[in-house]
Amino acid sequence: MPVSLAVHPQFNDFDPHLALNWIRQEADWVSIRFIEEDTHHRTVRNGRPEQNSVSIERGVMVEAMVDGYIAYAATSDLSKTGLLLAAQSAAHQARIAGSYRVFDSTLSQRPQALGCYTSTTLSWLDSVGLAEFTDRLIEASRRLRVTDSIVTARAEATLVASRMRYVSSNGSDVDQHAFLAGQHFAASAQDGIDTQHRSLNGPTARCVQGGLESFDWDWLYAECERVGSEALDLLKAENCPDETLDLILAPDQMLLQIHESIGHPLELDRILGDERNYAGWSFVKAEDFGHLQYGSPLMNVSFDPGRSTEFASYGFDDGGAPARREWLIKDGLLLRGLGGLESQSRLGLPGVANFRSASWNRAPIDRMANINLEAGKASLDEMIGSVRRGVYMEANRSWSIDDYRNKFQFGCEYARLIEDGRLTRVLKNPNYRGVTVPFWHSLAAVGNADTSGIFGTPYCGKGEPNQMIRVGHASPACLFRSVQVFGGGA
Amino acid sequence: MNRRNSGVEHFDRLCEACFGLLHGNEQLTVNLAAEDQQYHRFNHSKVRQSTAVAQRRCHFRFQSSGRRVTYSVDLTGDVTLDIATARSLIERGREEVRVLPEDPFVTPMENHGRSDEHHAGHLPEPEELLKQVSLQAGASDLAGLYAGGSQLRASRNSEGLRHVFSTESFFLDYSLFTRNTQGENKAVKALYSGRQWDDTHFADSLQQSRARLDMLQQESHSLSPGNYRVFFSPAAVQSLLSLFSWGAVSYGAWKKGDSALKRLVEGELQLSPLFSLAENFNLGLTPRFNSLGEVAPEKLAVIEQGIVRQLLINSRTAREYGITGNGAESGEGLRSPEIASGDLEEADVLSALGTGLYVSNLHYLNWSDLLNARITGMTRYACFWVENGEIVAPIRDLRFDESLYRVFGSELEAITRTSQIMMNTDTYIQRSLGGSKVPGLMVRDFRFTL
Repeated sequence: MPVSLAVHPQFNDFDPHLALNWIRQEADWVSIRFIEEDTHHRTVRNGRPEQNSVSIERGVMVEAMVDGYIAYAATSDLSKTGLLLAAQSAAHQARIAGSYRVFDSTLSQRPQALGCYTSTTLSWLDSVGLAEFTDRLIEASRRLRVTDSIVTARAEATLVASRMRYVSSNGSDVDQHAFLAGQHFAASAQDGIDTQHRSLNGPTARCVQGGLESFDWDWLYAECERVGSEALDLLKAENCPDETLDLILAPDQMLLQIHESIGHPLELDRILGDERNYAGWSFVKAEDFGHLQYGSPLMNVSFDPGRSTEFASYGFDDGGAPARREWLIKDGLLLRGLGGLESQSRLGLPGVANFRSASWNRAPIDRMANINLEAGKASLDEMIGSVRRGVYMEANRSWSIDDYRNKFQFGCEYARLIEDGRLTRVLKNPNYRGVTVPFWHSLAAVGNADTSGIFGTPYCGKGEPNQMIRVGHASPACLFRSVQVFGGGA
Repeated sequence: MNRRNSGVEHFDRLCEACFGLLHGNEQLTVNLAAEDQQYHRFNHSKVRQSTAVAQRRCHFRFQSSGRRVTYSVDLTGDVTLDIATARSLIERGREEVRVLPEDPFVTPMENHGRSDEHHAGHLPEPEELLKQVSLQAGASDLAGLYAGGSQLRASRNSEGLRHVFSTESFFLDYSLFTRNTQGENKAVKALYSGRQWDDTHFADSLQQSRARLDMLQQESHSLSPGNYRVFFSPAAVQSLLSLFSWGAVSYGAWKKGDSALKRLVEGELQLSPLFSLAENFNLGLTPRFNSLGEVAPEKLAVIEQGIVRQLLINSRTAREYGITGNGAESGEGLRSPEIASGDLEEADVLSALGTGLYVSNLHYLNWSDLLNARITGMTRYACFWVENGEIVAPIRDLRFDESLYRVFGSELEAITRTSQIMMNTDTYIQRSLGGSKVPGLMVRDFRFTL
């Protein structure tokens, strides 16, 4: 029997209902969120193994409500003593901090939730041998290295099995199993002082919910060869021009544009000021919902936790709210923000089920999940054909935006000049900058479903204490008019 | 027995059991990153969320026959259960190395000695802390995070290496907010940190922040994008310095084409002779040992007077490129950096600036052109327009796009005599150790773009 990718370490079973009974007397209301998450990183560089690691997170977050205030205590000691200590700690903090509370906690913010969720997956770790999978990564790195000018060829796989079990003293019982797969295939080409990097859709974009079926190796090998060739093309390319012109963004850059300039500013906890000391505030105000014309009428944006292969799909958030698709922006008009039940009650606004935590040791806050720009009608050829002079950009490599989410500057790996309705020369170091609302008003065409891609990132950072969380973004290619673009240079 | 000692004893028992399971040519390094922390998050000077975290994260590096595998788990604290988990992982490691190809850059584990370092602290009880924040903040609009408690790092390997580092410390990373006469939001940022909480020092920190907040009340000065003379406070310099840990001073990154300072390393360009950068573990904020238990020098000159002296080299990089390592961590980033101070007196900063921008903080930095070490980012918090050595007004935030070769090179005019030690406030996965010691910088010409 060959050694498979699956790792089965020995742990004692954890019974959340038994644990709940141990602690239910410690506060007016208690919950337990048990997390068990295995993350496998398999990396090959230049044909040699570079990382083979498996990280297993296993612990609980106890919530305790006392006198109308909830506090938290996290522990990896899953014994009765450990749970009791955590529950007593949470209850003690709730008593103390409750005197200085920002808002009142109520059980309407922790509704009874019953249900389960499981990712759709066709093939998981038990079905594939470690040696075979490693050989595949080695072959991918070999395909990336199309010539000796490729100094680094990297093939990475990240495979995650995540289980969340949530039980509470008001009868909640939620069981969620997510299987996730991430890929990164990248080539660095060097010629003298210049080095150019090209990857398949950017460093972290290729992540989906599902199993090993997302590794279509024959297709990936061909794509790796394309990536390697394009890295070489970039070495010979001229810099992106420094001028204001039309810009078409591929879905693997749209993901970042959506994430930074739609997702974050719509988070209700930012609007409430919770993030002011870290990630920042928002230019969006509570009174803007239903009134602010965020962008052009072509802009339709949804919160969609139910898209089966998208990275941040789930059935319930960490407070037990059932996850449903909602319109955030319709025909360019801002309708709804991204906030869970706590933020909704604080602001008196509707929101979504996005009260989420990064792991067992962090309290949930408002997070993005899947934020998607809905497909339009234009084909990519039609969009390119409508541009006299412009730039087409792919794959994010640099991102920065201000703390109110207005002034941004983003960079991509690869670009092509558009001249008289045709893609022409390859351009290196493509960047662009703008201001959020005017930029979205410059949206002139939204690509059809054929131009769309589903991407995401495992690295959305936010919160105090800090939390890194998974998000998904699906988008078609889009055309923006009159954008300030520029390239590299001293 | 206190929690530190019980944590170390648990770790030692686990390690002894694991080392006893190894066969002839097998090696094992075990690292522990444990913390007992109180996190209190504030908004509008009140408590948004309070979380107590007790975690013991253990990392096992198992290697044999030139293959290495790594496993990480959260320990339960029950030594029998944790040994059973570790045993199952070692058995899995044995299976993996049997089928994985050889990794030529795996270095043999060695005995890099023993050390035991503890920095005791005196931290406030939650009742007292929340009372003080509420009392001292008063009517001010404060947002921020208090993190306080013990942190333990330990590393042992099967060759006899044993290092332990523990510390008890806190930080209150906070901002105060106000609105100016035009109704614009304005804020100041501060960090109160240390090992001994002192109500008076906290009150002083708040008082200084309030004084700066008062200066933000007036109407903003509109400033167009363009080039300006700029003074960067130590907090802003720390943000610029953080980019050096994104591959800029990593030997491995340089060889792979990922270093933004490639042209400096290869002698094509230089930085200012005023600029010197070192790793200085004498700051006592982080252990000298890395995750393989290798011990870095107490002080390592990275850049001296604008010229690269030593890049950071971990043992894997050293083996790959046939050079000597210097105890760097796997990512070859700075852990305890210090920028050498200069001769500009703090009291002379505004007069030396003359007319230009006083930048207190920067936000969300990223590379915009790696080859030219160009970075983009935003000004944030209390930034002022200064004319003839006098503060005129706060500014509206600006985006910049500028090269490190100009900031720390051709345009660097002066460095302050005094520096600030700033504790690392990152809390992703666990509370980070480390920090930096940085002065302020006077820069002749700096490029703002939006």
